Amino acid sequence: MTSLSSENTNSISGFKLRRLLPVGLLIAVFTTLFYSAFLLFLGNQPVVGLLVLVVAVCFGIVFSTKRLYAHRFILPGIAAVLIFIAFPVGYTVYLGFTNFSSFNLLSHERVREIHLAKKIVDKETSRDFSVWQQGDTYQLYFAGKEDGYLSEPFEKNVTQHTIKAEAAPIPSTEKLSMRDTIKLRKSLGEISIQLPDGVILKNSGLRKFAAQMPEFRETPEGVLISNLDGSRLFPNSKIGFYTNEITGEHVSPGWRVNVGLANFKRIFQSEGIRAPMFSIFLWTCLFALLSVGLTFILGLALAVTLQWPHLRGKAVYRILLILPYAVPAFISILIFRGLFNQNFGEINMILNALFGVRPSWMTNGGMARTMLVIVNVWLGYPYMMLLAMGFLQSVPEDHKKAATLEGASALLIFRKITFPQILPPFLPLLVASFAFNFNNIVLVLLLTRGLPDIPGTIIPAGQTDILGSFTYRIAFQNAGQEYGLAGAITLIIFVIVAALAYANFVAMRRQAAKRAAS
Amino acid sequence: MIVEHPRRLQLQKIFAHAFLLSFLALILFPFLMVISISFREGNFTTGSIIPESLTLEHWALALGLDYTRTDGTVVEPAFPVLLWMWNSIKIGLIASIGVVTLSTISAYAFSRIRFRGAGVMLDSMLIIQMFPTTLALVALFAIFDGLGEVSPVLGIDSHWSLGLVYLSGITLHVWTIKGYFDNLDPAMDKAAQVDGATPWQTFRFIFLPLAVPIIAVVFVLSFIGIINDYPLASILLRSEENLTLAVGSRLYLNEFKYLWGDFAAAAILSGFPITLVFMIAQKYLVAGLSDGAVKG
Repeated sequence: MTSLSSENTNSISGFKLRRLLPVGLLIAVFTTLFYSAFLLFLGNQPVVGLLVLVVAVCFGIVFSTKRLYAHRFILPGIAAVLIFIAFPVGYTVYLGFTNFSSFNLLSHERVREIHLAKKIVDKETSRDFSVWQQGDTYQLYFAGKEDGYLSEPFEKNVTQHTIKAEAAPIPSTEKLSMRDTIKLRKSLGEISIQLPDGVILKNSGLRKFAAQMPEFRETPEGVLISNLDGSRLFPNSKIGFYTNEITGEHVSPGWRVNVGLANFKRIFQSEGIRAPMFSIFLWTCLFALLSVGLTFILGLALAVTLQWPHLRGKAVYRILLILPYAVPAFISILIFRGLFNQNFGEINMILNALFGVRPSWMTNGGMARTMLVIVNVWLGYPYMMLLAMGFLQSVPEDHKKAATLEGASALLIFRKITFPQILPPFLPLLVASFAFNFNNIVLVLLLTRGLPDIPGTIIPAGQTDILGSFTYRIAFQNAGQEYGLAGAITLIIFVIVAALAYANFVAMRRQAAKRAAS
Repeated sequence: MIVEHPRRLQLQKIFAHAFLLSFLALILFPFLMVISISFREGNFTTGSIIPESLTLEHWALALGLDYTRTDGTVVEPAFPVLLWMWNSIKIGLIASIGVVTLSTISAYAFSRIRFRGAGVMLDSMLIIQMFPTTLALVALFAIFDGLGEVSPVLGIDSHWSLGLVYLSGITLHVWTIKGYFDNLDPAMDKAAQVDGATPWQTFRFIFLPLAVPIIAVVFVLSFIGIINDYPLASILLRSEENLTLAVGSRLYLNEFKYLWGDFAAAAILSGFPITLVFMIAQKYLVAGLSDGAVKG
């Protein structure tokens, strides 16, 4: 009896727990998201904050509405795709219309704070000082006309401290030499001295203490006026810098502003960007075409050879031929980087022993591009081979047999029967492969980093750079870190990839329709 | 049976084997080279392909041990290879669990629950997976830079932020698992519904146990994809002890610090297990690519 009742309560509490656990989890997720959104808004990150808020609201709506039950299953997945692919791509493109870069990194508010926090020394209040030691404590003495001022004692490891100073005669303790005063510099930087009239002095040099004052004061219109020379800095929201009204000089740091089509104008009008970009674009297309074409031909040839019934040792061949695809790409690429090294790479050593040549793989543009294609074909042919092996199996044997009986040669059979049958299912995969190689920045970054550089450019542009790696280097690898310009180029890449994606999609749909019909 | 000429056949066989063997020699050359380099003394090419004197120095360094040379000098490892490997595996495992969870649940909904907009969503997923993450690098950097101000756990140089970004790689996997679910007998969920199971229970007690093989495949594929990622990891990770293998390995072959021999040993050590896993999973990979993608 007791056991029964205990089981009962157990099952009831278990049931309650099962009902309450998801609800509790949801509330936890929801509040976390909401709180982060709130913090982001506080931390001046409105775009990201809004994104998190939207996600939180979506979660709330979908999980509290009975009618949207099905959407509960897909919301997390869709949210991940939207947050980490769709939104960032859109945001990157948006950044292409701003001047976001390492020079214009902050918000206007932060830049204003930085300028207003700058301090200068008020020359009027500057006084010479000397340090006097008594045991472990020190005192500062500021000489004056009759009596100077003597500060209260402080210790060597003092931190951030305001010390009062009173009028007093020269102390009778031991005066520190210049050398020992310099040793005390760290402590002197920490203390502020308050004179009887309330003026606060800070250490402003080896021998001097002086009052500090802000470098700029702000007018209600937001103009900064220098306390040094009275020059005026106007906030220029077109370029995101405070500019000096007379000299027109930009005062760093700058802030992020929308610059409209300025980045695109730079791409299409500035000779130093347009010329290399055009050649990089052509090379990108050529590289992707060559990669797809060569891997396809090689993979297909190998697959057909391996399909031949009289061939022995197929399994061993297959495993060895797939090896380049199975080894992690970053390792293979770096191995090639070492082997192709001009001065002490094994490839040049062998070429030198056999033919007496040492090609300059890394410094000659043409050779570097050749190397890139060689390595990419090595990496990519097994994929095509595997696909071709799969598709070749679906070609009916009887067609081939009939053709053989008619006396057709193997080549003719391949051309007239096999190839036309495997090409349609291959098409979408070829388009996808083209799109992949169009953006194959891993290969370029690891093998050549885009080098050798194209001569006469104002931004780092290399002869082996493809559009994607070129963008990556503009944003993350040079001193300027021009995220805005990178975003603008990303938009151009995006348009090309979108066209490819659409073509691929159409090809797939056709494939599916054909399959459904057959 | 088709009549064939035995002599011509013999010639063709010899030709085919010669073609394959010479091609294999070219293809496998880098691997054989790297094995030889990892046992060769020093970090530069000496005069011969076959190493004259063998040394275990590079291997000791790759395993994170100090190595004492015969002349008594002690060499310390230049980079924490095993730590990088652990980082890669950790991020790969955590993110892959997330990817598998998300894609299995979504695939079930797309396969079995009728709701508005399902077709459009599936098609957009197919289109979206064509877009490389590299298009979003600048924004991802900016986003995590911002999130880092709220909490460093989700900032730049955090493994969690990298793992989160990898969750976006579910698009293709949703299609693969959906194709698998579509082939399951609809009578089963009907029976479950008659017995009063909610869609969630149907998923939990019927579909999930059946999907174990495809989940295993998707898990391995996702894991290998994450281990292989370079662009994302290279912008989101900064400090040396946080790097993944793909980002860290690049440091070996710097113009100023060229550690060819050390790299060779580290490459074999880290590449071998991944290659093995891939070899076991590869037959599913291609099947998934050529069927799952074309199923309308």
